[in-house]
Amino acid sequence: MAHVAGPSQLGGLAESSRTILDHYQSQVRTRRIYTVVSIVVFVIVLALSLDFANDANSGKFFERLPYFFDFIKSFVPDSPLEIFRAMFDLPSPYSDGSIKYDYTSDRIWITDSFYIPNFFYQLLITINIAILSTILGASGAFFLCFFASTNLVGAGVTRWVVRRIMEILRAFPEIVVAGLLAAILSIGPIAAIIAVSVHTIGALGKLFFEVVENADMKPDEGLRASGANWLERVRFAILPQVLPNFVSYTLLRTEINVRASTIIGAVGGGGIGEVFSLSIGRDHAAKTYAIIILLLVTVVCVDQFSAWLRRRLIGKQSFEFGRGAA
Amino acid sequence: MSVLTVNAAERERLLSTYPDVFHRSFMQRWGLLIVAVCVVVYIAFCFSFFKIIPTFANGNWDRAAVYVQDWYSWRAQPRLRFQNGKVVPQWTSRGQYPQGAEIDWLKPTAKGGYTVLFGGDNRLEVTPTQVDVYLDGKYYPVAISADNALLPAGAPARMEQDGNKVNVYFGFAGQAEIRPTQVYIQRRFLGWANFFFDTQSPFWGRSITEVAGLMVAGERIDPSQSNASLALDNFLNNASWQHGDILSKLMQTLVMAFVGTLLATLIAFPLAFIAARNITQSKAANWGMKRLFDFLRSIDMLIWALFFTRAFGPGPIPGIAAIFFTDTGALGKVYAEALENVDDKQREGVKSVGAAPVIVQRYGVVPQVLPIFISQSLYFWESNTRSATVIGAVGAGGIGLKLLESMKTNADWDKVAYMVLLILLVVFVFDNVSNALRSRVMGKKGR
Repeated sequence: MAHVAGPSQLGGLAESSRTILDHYQSQVRTRRIYTVVSIVVFVIVLALSLDFANDANSGKFFERLPYFFDFIKSFVPDSPLEIFRAMFDLPSPYSDGSIKYDYTSDRIWITDSFYIPNFFYQLLITINIAILSTILGASGAFFLCFFASTNLVGAGVTRWVVRRIMEILRAFPEIVVAGLLAAILSIGPIAAIIAVSVHTIGALGKLFFEVVENADMKPDEGLRASGANWLERVRFAILPQVLPNFVSYTLLRTEINVRASTIIGAVGGGGIGEVFSLSIGRDHAAKTYAIIILLLVTVVCVDQFSAWLRRRLIGKQSFEFGRGAA
Repeated sequence: MSVLTVNAAERERLLSTYPDVFHRSFMQRWGLLIVAVCVVVYIAFCFSFFKIIPTFANGNWDRAAVYVQDWYSWRAQPRLRFQNGKVVPQWTSRGQYPQGAEIDWLKPTAKGGYTVLFGGDNRLEVTPTQVDVYLDGKYYPVAISADNALLPAGAPARMEQDGNKVNVYFGFAGQAEIRPTQVYIQRRFLGWANFFFDTQSPFWGRSITEVAGLMVAGERIDPSQSNASLALDNFLNNASWQHGDILSKLMQTLVMAFVGTLLATLIAFPLAFIAARNITQSKAANWGMKRLFDFLRSIDMLIWALFFTRAFGPGPIPGIAAIFFTDTGALGKVYAEALENVDDKQREGVKSVGAAPVIVQRYGVVPQVLPIFISQSLYFWESNTRSATVIGAVGAGGIGLKLLESMKTNADWDKVAYMVLLILLVVFVFDNVSNALRSRVMGKKGR
């Protein structure tokens, strides 16, 4: 579109060619006008949004910016080793009796001489929340997904109902489920488990039934011809085709759920998220950095492990396929 | 047609001729069972680790019923106090009825008492010395002394003695606690009565047609502004529902998602060109940029959010920053992968006519990847609209924080339901908008 001929070249053109050229140029002009207009609209919306955000914030951006750098400067542990003392609950030389330097009293004693450092224990809780809720959510999604796919139940009421259930479970804010259960069951990890599981049913259910709908129906036809009932057809015709992708999606979901359960933890679900939000709120630099490092290592490890497992289970091709969709 | 059968000899022959077909490895044979057993054992471990069963058994499930009822009904909670031989109703500060309003279920009697109607044949006749309970047409007098309310003999299970007070349950319609000094009443009605206008508003208690009529043609209630703007003002500043506040908080959440994703897109776009190894020919730059993306991505959105909340105070700015930092990493990675998969022929073509490096990227690469870039950004925008709610709850403000606060007071579950409905609506609308935009950008192929 940039290569529009200049007027000097137009002399040699036939009438019909000139018409085409005129049309082309006018279309290029229209397109440029559209581009400029949409960029201007975008910039205005962005500016208005930023202004609104700045107004609504309790501290204004430019007023707080100097404090932000002060905060970063002051948020430095007394020595790099402090981070590791906080991580492994070792006594600190800076100890002055305040909880900022009190790492040892949080130890979780397993036997009289062996303890788990508190942050590792909390991390364990978070990871267990993630894995358990992935298992629960994936089983729920597994049972629902066959009733949501057109090729197994047709386009009737069942499919409509199951799909709407999945949509609601998916869009329902996790913190509401967590908050409601926290009010009933008292605050703790169970609220987080159920909240994350409920969301997982909706999210995985959608991916699962899309896989089922893309399955090859020839094995199903074969079984149907030999008189198999619906359950047998699902078990022997559909399941072998879709199981690798189901596993792949479930593993991907585990990665997401580790993050989700950390966040739910911070709003009262227990685990590392809660400890983290407490320590950053109280300006305990060493503890905060210890948790950040632990979380970073965990997330990277979980990602790598699940990628390795997926690649082993289903081969390279499905691995890439799964990643694109999730 | 006879059924196909295989006799023993034939079976042996098949097995020995094609051993490979019938041989299954150990994992094929037992793998599923082993995995299933492991999963069951793990779940059992988790149940004991998190003490799931005792926690469920100790849960306050009756409270759950009350909370869920709040989602579709509202309750009026007057206290009928006994003062100087008379019954005086006292209301909570939530302003459920205007001063001196005529209430059709709470009527004063001639002798200074009150009648509370619970629908059907159920009602209470409250006097300072005795409360007459009418349940399904039967009559049970509760005598009140100075320090005791006494359950009459032969009372049904819906009435119970609880210490020195008597509780009466009317099912959905409500309940009453008869105490020596007062009767505490909860009366429940279907729907949300003060949803549009609170009791201070001149529009309160009018039907929709009446309000519409007033807004269009009625005389000005407040001489300084038209009825329509007064109605809007009353609606937004509704004291018990706080529409204005909730809508502005919702807007904050949307702005967080929009600005965060947009800024992340704008920054990730040039950085992805540095990270793509077929575009920037420096291994060190590729590696450095990719590790930067990994770093930004791996630090949880939660950490960024809490960190910036500490620095900037609660509000949309930490939310924007959190989404911006995480998504710059995530989008950068996706963009770089898209760039590494471009068709080289177009670049070579532009290069061969002697174009400058920037022009080569502009006309040789960008047209190929732009649809993918936009589609990915829209996808992130969509999911960020959802996660901004949660990020808000940890302190970044917006509707998430409002939700959390409402839930913590344990009295505002109706407002929680309202906000959830709003969020579901917004998520639904945004999903469809982004889906439509994506399928336009990507053409018929869809995603």
